Amino acid sequence: MLQKVSKKTIVYVSGALALLSFVLHQFIGYHPLTIVVMLLTTVIAGTPIFLKAIGALRYKIVGIDLLVTIAVTGALIIGEYWEAAAVTFLFMLGDYLESRTIEKTRASIREMLDSAPKVTTVRRDGVDLTIDSEDVVRGDIVVIKPGEKVSIDGTIIEGEAYINQAAITGESIPESKSVGDVVYSGSIVESGYLLVEAVEVGEDTTFARILRMVEEAQDKKAKSQKFLEKFSRYYTPAVIVLAVAFYFFSRDIRLALTLLVIACPGALVISAPVSIVAGIGNGAKNGVLIKGGEIMEKLGTIKAVAFDKTGTLTEGKPEVTKVQGIGASEREVLRIAAIGEAYSEHPLARAILRRAEKDMGPIVELPEDSEIIAGHGLTFHYAGDRYLIGNRKLLREASIDFSEHTPLIESEEDHGQTTVLIAKNDRLFGIISIADTVRHDAASLVSDLKKQGIQKIVMLTGDNERAARAIATEVGLDGYYSELLPEDKVRKLSSLQKEFGRTAMVGDGVNDAPALAGADPGIAIGGVGSDVAMETADVVLMSAEVSKLSYAVGLSRATVSNMKQNIAFALIVAALLVAGVMMKTVNLSFGMLVHELSVFLVIVNAVRLLRYGKKKERRPKEKGAPVNEPV
Amino acid sequence: MTNKTYQLEAVSCPSCILKIEGMLKKTKGVKEYDVLFNSSRVKVTFDEDVTSTEAIQDRIEKLGYPVVSVK
Repeated sequence: MLQKVSKKTIVYVSGALALLSFVLHQFIGYHPLTIVVMLLTTVIAGTPIFLKAIGALRYKIVGIDLLVTIAVTGALIIGEYWEAAAVTFLFMLGDYLESRTIEKTRASIREMLDSAPKVTTVRRDGVDLTIDSEDVVRGDIVVIKPGEKVSIDGTIIEGEAYINQAAITGESIPESKSVGDVVYSGSIVESGYLLVEAVEVGEDTTFARILRMVEEAQDKKAKSQKFLEKFSRYYTPAVIVLAVAFYFFSRDIRLALTLLVIACPGALVISAPVSIVAGIGNGAKNGVLIKGGEIMEKLGTIKAVAFDKTGTLTEGKPEVTKVQGIGASEREVLRIAAIGEAYSEHPLARAILRRAEKDMGPIVELPEDSEIIAGHGLTFHYAGDRYLIGNRKLLREASIDFSEHTPLIESEEDHGQTTVLIAKNDRLFGIISIADTVRHDAASLVSDLKKQGIQKIVMLTGDNERAARAIATEVGLDGYYSELLPEDKVRKLSSLQKEFGRTAMVGDGVNDAPALAGADPGIAIGGVGSDVAMETADVVLMSAEVSKLSYAVGLSRATVSNMKQNIAFALIVAALLVAGVMMKTVNLSFGMLVHELSVFLVIVNAVRLLRYGKKKERRPKEKGAPVNEPV
Repeated sequence: MTNKTYQLEAVSCPSCILKIEGMLKKTKGVKEYDVLFNSSRVKVTFDEDVTSTEAIQDRIEKLGYPVVSVK
């Protein structure tokens, strides 16, 4: 039954009794009444410890509870009632404070878990029902009003809204979404009214999967942590042996008992996990999933970074930037190109169609006998003329001479453009330049990474040499490798690793999955919506903000150094305590106090990590703070 | 085979994990288990014919770790 009494009650009651016995001791000395109160304190605070020790012993595990139980029993036998009372109380107090504080290091995740709505409104047979979120099934029509949270992943079938996806991406600027767009569980509808068809529900939503991955990441052990756990497994029994041996040599029971208490490895075993859980929690809250402490150790020590181009340094949405007609109007060139590409799914074709529709409205004419020539382009007939759309190879193989326009084409490519050529019958008819917009934060990321001491930042791309060079220059990279096939990227990556040491690969997982999987660590960008990237990468940047990478590197370094501070602190405290016991300056209750305090401080240090990344926002405020004027 | 996840009150010492793991190892009918320190969760796969959700919960609580919820 005692287990049902809360820790808090035990701490308060035993604390009050300990205080009472202390006062009694001051006034009436070791009176039988004083001793009774001390014993009562020991029994109340000590029973849960004793029960835990016995429970553990049944499964042949020697834990800290057993050490404390032995020490307290010993103290009682030799008549040190005050020591017994103080030690049990301090241990319970420490345990209580530690579990309260440790909750704080886990708070980021708890907040995320709590952000999933409990109830959902669904429209079934034209009636709106409010049901438990767990009972929503795939295909349900979910009604979401302003201010409500989304409980499913689904496609908007009616309405328009501003949606805040901060829970998933860490990006708090709301996004406008309308019919056909996908909304994710965990996001908040800020304004607007939506009807959404549920595609994924419950445990299968992106949000639920992210949470699962974060939890798994937090419990994945770092190398140093694994060592500490192994260490503590043998350490505790070793301490008992040591204390017994010590007693036989010195015949000093007090010293032997004190040794038992202070040698508990509490601060040491907890030092690494608390830092890691706080660090990963901070990342998750900011839209960066780092899969474990070991990955943090790696990410914090990278020497080089290799970026994929399309979708990583660029937005991955090619746009037509320029149309040039040769003996024809720009409009005519664009119209013909759009007709020819009507059936094509190629990203460049989609860009041409988008632009044509934007400029001229829907194109309804269709090409005749259109033929796709893979890797080159296509040919078709329209209104009695034969057209070719594609790259230079296509025109060359059709023996069309366009040499007088080559400088024009090359100058476009030198500006990072991909060119699409259009020929009418036997002559070049137009040139369409298409480019992928470089991400607005790519250049600042590269300079931030350099400031963080990354030695080599390069780009690996399948695109042509000129386009690669243009982007590399614009973003400020140290180098680039172009015209690579996916397997070439893997090879290039391992040669970078040989030359510079640990190299991270950043990609969107579209055609760089093998490189991401092979890299150490592999970093995926825009994780939401790309399952493969989310599963294979070691680090996932949920949003499309590539600049989060520099934050992730900084966070990893801060976490690793926080962990090292904790380990060092715990070791120093343990060493000082042992020395103190040997020199007889540390007694049982004081040893316990210092020990519990050190555990507490280690946790408090880890809590500091939760604030990482917020400093930048604070600094200007501090600067602007009013200066105290002398009165 | 049944899968259950027990949410415990915040577990604050890694040696607690060893205790719970040791207990589960010796529990008949338990096929697989995973004790997560940071999320304070115990995931257990067990045979309904040999043991039960309640029996496992009882054993965890007897070790001194109150179970907050079972899923």
